[in-house]
Amino acid sequence: MNINLTLFGQMLAFFFFVWFCMRMVWPPIVAAMVARQEQIAEGLETAERAKKDLSLAQKRATDEIKKARGEAAEIIEQARKRSAQMIEEAKREAREEGERLKAAATTDVQQEVQRAKESLRKEVATLAMLGAERILERDVDAAAHAEMLERLAADL
Amino acid sequence: MASGFETTTEDYIAHHLVNATFGRFPDGHERGGEWGFASSGTEAEAMGFMAIHVDTLGWSIGLAAFFMFFFRRVAVSAAENPAAIPTGLRNLVESLIDIIDGLVRSVFKHPDLSYVAPMALTIFVWVFFMNLMDLVPVDLIPYIAQYGLGIEYMKIVPSTDPNITMGLALSVFSLIIFFSIRQKGLGGFLAEISFHPFGKWLLPFNLALEVVGLLAKPVSLGLRLFGNLFSAEMIFILIATMYTGLVIGLLGGFLQFAWAVFHILVVPLQAFIFMVLSVVYLAQAFDEGEAH
Repeated sequence: MNINLTLFGQMLAFFFFVWFCMRMVWPPIVAAMVARQEQIAEGLETAERAKKDLSLAQKRATDEIKKARGEAAEIIEQARKRSAQMIEEAKREAREEGERLKAAATTDVQQEVQRAKESLRKEVATLAMLGAERILERDVDAAAHAEMLERLAADL
Repeated sequence: MASGFETTTEDYIAHHLVNATFGRFPDGHERGGEWGFASSGTEAEAMGFMAIHVDTLGWSIGLAAFFMFFFRRVAVSAAENPAAIPTGLRNLVESLIDIIDGLVRSVFKHPDLSYVAPMALTIFVWVFFMNLMDLVPVDLIPYIAQYGLGIEYMKIVPSTDPNITMGLALSVFSLIIFFSIRQKGLGGFLAEISFHPFGKWLLPFNLALEVVGLLAKPVSLGLRLFGNLFSAEMIFILIATMYTGLVIGLLGGFLQFAWAVFHILVVPLQAFIFMVLSVVYLAQAFDEGEAH
């Protein structure tokens, strides 16, 4: 129980172990802890930045979609207008064509009628000539009366 | 009584209080002047100052080497791979360092922590392990040493040896003196203990007061730890003397368990107190121009 050299032994051991701890134990562990702390802080910062980037990108994407949707609506509207226009044009063309055809047909018919009238007139002249021959029972000088008959036929 | 050589309770207790002492036999002894192991308590006593308590000092150094070995391994792995996710022992050591670093920072305003914080860590863990040896059943290792290795005396709790606790306290004290002089200069240090608290006209009185205050630091530091652990050890020894019959033995078993549970509180608490006081004393040594 008495104080003796153990005291100094313990003091020497104390200084040795404190020196050892100070040189070989404390600095590397603290350095590692600091390094890890920095790494974690960096990681958190990166995550924060990524989150911000993501929200920005999302906003941009929404904008793009909105714009695209607007454009699409515009295109559809234009197409609708264009198609209506085309139908209208087609209708008009068809109507014109019809009218043109009708006019052509009418002309044809009139020409036909004219022609028929002409031939009828000729037939009537001939028939009248025949009738007259029969009535007169004599040969009528066709050539002599032709002119008169022509006039008659033109009067019909 | 587990240890069989002693016949009476007094012998048993006395046997437990003797260190394995290696020293110079005193003049007048048959081996006077020679160095060797003391074979009895009185012989150890007679060796006086020129002796070493091989058991407590050995256990003390062994325990420090034991935990420093693991700390060093953690440090090596930390240096190799600083960013690794800490597991197991590294986690433990890192949290310990974190706690002690925070504590030292809160007490110690000086920015240079390079010496004080590792010292605090060493003190805490070392004293903790020394105190922890008290929870080993009192007779277990002495019994093995006595019958297995032929070592007559074996005290395994270093902090029940005043040499060990005072060794720690005086080391801290020498650091206090060293840092006081380094920070304030010899003149500043002497001025601090001469002109406070009553001004220069009461210099001798100041000096007496401050020197007593200064010396009280290591004494209180060392003796507090020694007193707590020695008394606890003594109670374990006294409880061990109860193992004589069934009924008293059972009571003794219960008491030993209860005291051990209580002692679990004392072990880290005393280590913590020793560490905190050391840091506080050193912080005072660094304090410059303090106004009383």
